[in-house]
Amino acid sequence: MNAKSTKTALKHIRRSPYQSLAAIFIMIVTFLAITVFTFIVFGSSTVINYFESKPQVTAFFKDTATQQNIDDLRSQLNSTGMISTSKFISKDQALQIYRAQNKNDPLLLDLVTADILPASLEISTVQIQDLGPISDILGKSPYVSEVVYQKDIVSTLTRWTNAIRIIGIILIVVLTAVSIFIMMTVIGFKVSQKRDEIEIMKLLSATNWYIRWPFMVEGILYGAIGTVVGWIIASSVLLYSAPYLESFLKGIPIFPISPFFLIGVLLGELLLAVLLGVLASSLAVLRYLN
Amino acid sequence: MIRFENVTKQYPTGNTALDDVTFSVERGEFVFLVGPSGSGKTTLFRLLIRQALPSSGSIFIGDWDLVNLPKNKVHVLRKNIGVVFQDLKLLRDRTIYENIMFPLEVGNIDSEEARQRVEGIIERVGIAEHREKFPVQLSGGELQRAAIARALAFSPEILLADEPTGDLDNATSWEIIKLLQDISAEGTTIVMATHNADIVNSLRLRTLVLEKGKLTKDQAAGKHKKLEHAHKEV
Repeated sequence: MNAKSTKTALKHIRRSPYQSLAAIFIMIVTFLAITVFTFIVFGSSTVINYFESKPQVTAFFKDTATQQNIDDLRSQLNSTGMISTSKFISKDQALQIYRAQNKNDPLLLDLVTADILPASLEISTVQIQDLGPISDILGKSPYVSEVVYQKDIVSTLTRWTNAIRIIGIILIVVLTAVSIFIMMTVIGFKVSQKRDEIEIMKLLSATNWYIRWPFMVEGILYGAIGTVVGWIIASSVLLYSAPYLESFLKGIPIFPISPFFLIGVLLGELLLAVLLGVLASSLAVLRYLN
Repeated sequence: MIRFENVTKQYPTGNTALDDVTFSVERGEFVFLVGPSGSGKTTLFRLLIRQALPSSGSIFIGDWDLVNLPKNKVHVLRKNIGVVFQDLKLLRDRTIYENIMFPLEVGNIDSEEARQRVEGIIERVGIAEHREKFPVQLSGGELQRAAIARALAFSPEILLADEPTGDLDNATSWEIIKLLQDISAEGTTIVMATHNADIVNSLRLRTLVLEKGKLTKDQAAGKHKKLEHAHKEV
């Protein structure tokens, strides 16, 4: 991309500003959607990872269970290879946790003693699919009174995230195809306007690349402008709404968003924009060069 | 310099534009190409700049074998051939200076060198005072000079001129011919297609006569009565 090609591309844009604006607008919409869905995918992945890394199965023991019974059960679970971590909570520790959670309610604190709280085992599995087999093992144990696990929460979240991802991918594919067609139409129209000039260029020894470059630069400029504007809009909205999201997603470590992440998204999108611009303009110029 | 060997050009419509044409032109020659409209003159030029390929036969320009010339070398060939097109093909939205500069821009010539070349050519063809005008502001003769100037931008070894006096009055036509003779005198090979019998008959230069795609005559000192009659009839 040399200065002459860029100058010519800018001249093309100046001479038909409305068509250029249409191309830029569709690129903004496309890259706004891409940026928003990138943020959503990143955020939902972080939320799922958070839940997946939390203790996912909690087994409450009967009062009759001895420490030996509990240790045997832990060994049995560890031998499955599905356990990421397991943590034993004794009756006393359970009372401390209860007190910490209800420290502002003295009435509740007075009513509860360590005797009525069961000892428990908090277990994380390596994969979310391991939750079923592990809870089955726990449920069959004669020393376990109750099994509670977050399978439903995570699976619902995973279902939602997958749905959002699929919708996002479809939307992005459709918008990308539309933006390629619009860019092809806009650039193709400009190429057809310059058909005579292109013919003269070829007769005066211009290479195909000499003719193609300004149109490619034009396509790249549309893509780059669309990317930067779309990214600025999406990033601004994200940063503006960060305090609200942070309180809504309390405890999930998404915020603060790393500036490297945002810049990485921008650079990735710029690369995609260049590819789209080159593809659309190449297709538009192709038939006139043949 | 230029060699046509049994060249035939048939278009997909079935029309035979050139039929088994063989001739050669030596370096520095000034050759007229005459014949009625549709006789194949423009097709011959199109073949010389590889705007079209012959259906059969061989075409050579110097060491270039045009039939087997790879597509990516065509632009190099065209730098060595200046062409004054019948319809001039000047860009309407550019000044005369910009039009002459155009092939040098396309050829990626250094801007300072290009500027000096264009200045020299503009002076040489006598249109210095029109340099900032647009084509629409110039007369026919001035436009022809501008087209010749652009064709000279790369200092080509060969200059092809397709009817350069076609729409001009007699005096202006002779001015253009004088300019082409000056260019020829400096060693440029010139092939000029023309209907102008006065010019052909006055200069008595080598003349190739095309009729219905066939090369019917190759005269060392052309004087073509048939053409003369045809010209008078028109």
